[in-house]
Amino acid sequence: MTAQSVKWFWYASPQTFYPVAGVIARWCGAAAAVLCAAGLYIGFFVAPTDAQQGDAYRIIFIHVPAAWMSMFIYVVMAFWAAIGLAFNTRLSHMMASALAPTGALLTFIALWTGSFWGRPTWGTWWAWDARLTSELILLFLYLGFMALQAAIDDRRRAERAGALLAIVGVVNVPIIYYSVQWWNTLHQGASVSLTRAPSMAATMLTGMLIMALAFWMYSIAVTLVRVRCLIMENE
Amino acid sequence: MGGYALYVWGAYGVTFALIALEIVLLMRRSRK
Repeated sequence: MTAQSVKWFWYASPQTFYPVAGVIARWCGAAAAVLCAAGLYIGFFVAPTDAQQGDAYRIIFIHVPAAWMSMFIYVVMAFWAAIGLAFNTRLSHMMASALAPTGALLTFIALWTGSFWGRPTWGTWWAWDARLTSELILLFLYLGFMALQAAIDDRRRAERAGALLAIVGVVNVPIIYYSVQWWNTLHQGASVSLTRAPSMAATMLTGMLIMALAFWMYSIAVTLVRVRCLIMENE
Repeated sequence: MGGYALYVWGAYGVTFALIALEIVLLMRRSRK
């Protein structure tokens, strides 16, 4: 399949992307539901109770996928914002705008579930450590992006202002990721890494990765449905 | 849940309630 056989620029038009987005959203939504059911089954019925944390660790099956997606969505949002800023493409700005609410939701879920995990394991709901604080800043960046776009009446100016904020804010993502290495934090280090073996049981890891895929599919589905709404409202 | 039910269901309950809310709001918006 050559680059020309897939009509990338053809789909850059909101009108031609609209029906494609609907098809992809349906498939991703169905995949998210199936993966979520499988991941929860493994998480609650197959994965054993943790020797140290008991059943409290089962929060991992939503906490880690939400935290991963909160960072990933921000990077994708900044990417589309940069493309929109560089090439002045309407669909790119719409993609960035559509990603922000879901990114903010998953960031809040990561903070909320982390708090409910922290209380029984650390003895506190919240600590101002580097990982938690930088994740909270990520939530403020998402909210700031949405508020900035909503505050400016002229849509073009709102998109450009939001894009600048998204691009500047992306510096926070590596800070979140490496915070557990750079600073002495209450939050534990990464249990899963590309460079070494995971420090958890295989069934726990399988359940967590399936849930991460489910969150990924869900994010794609809701973002594309939101893009379709934006196309209908703006075009 | 071995004494951790409040924490586990508190985390899962809010997560799935918020996801359901996002889906409902999005469906209502797309129907307009």
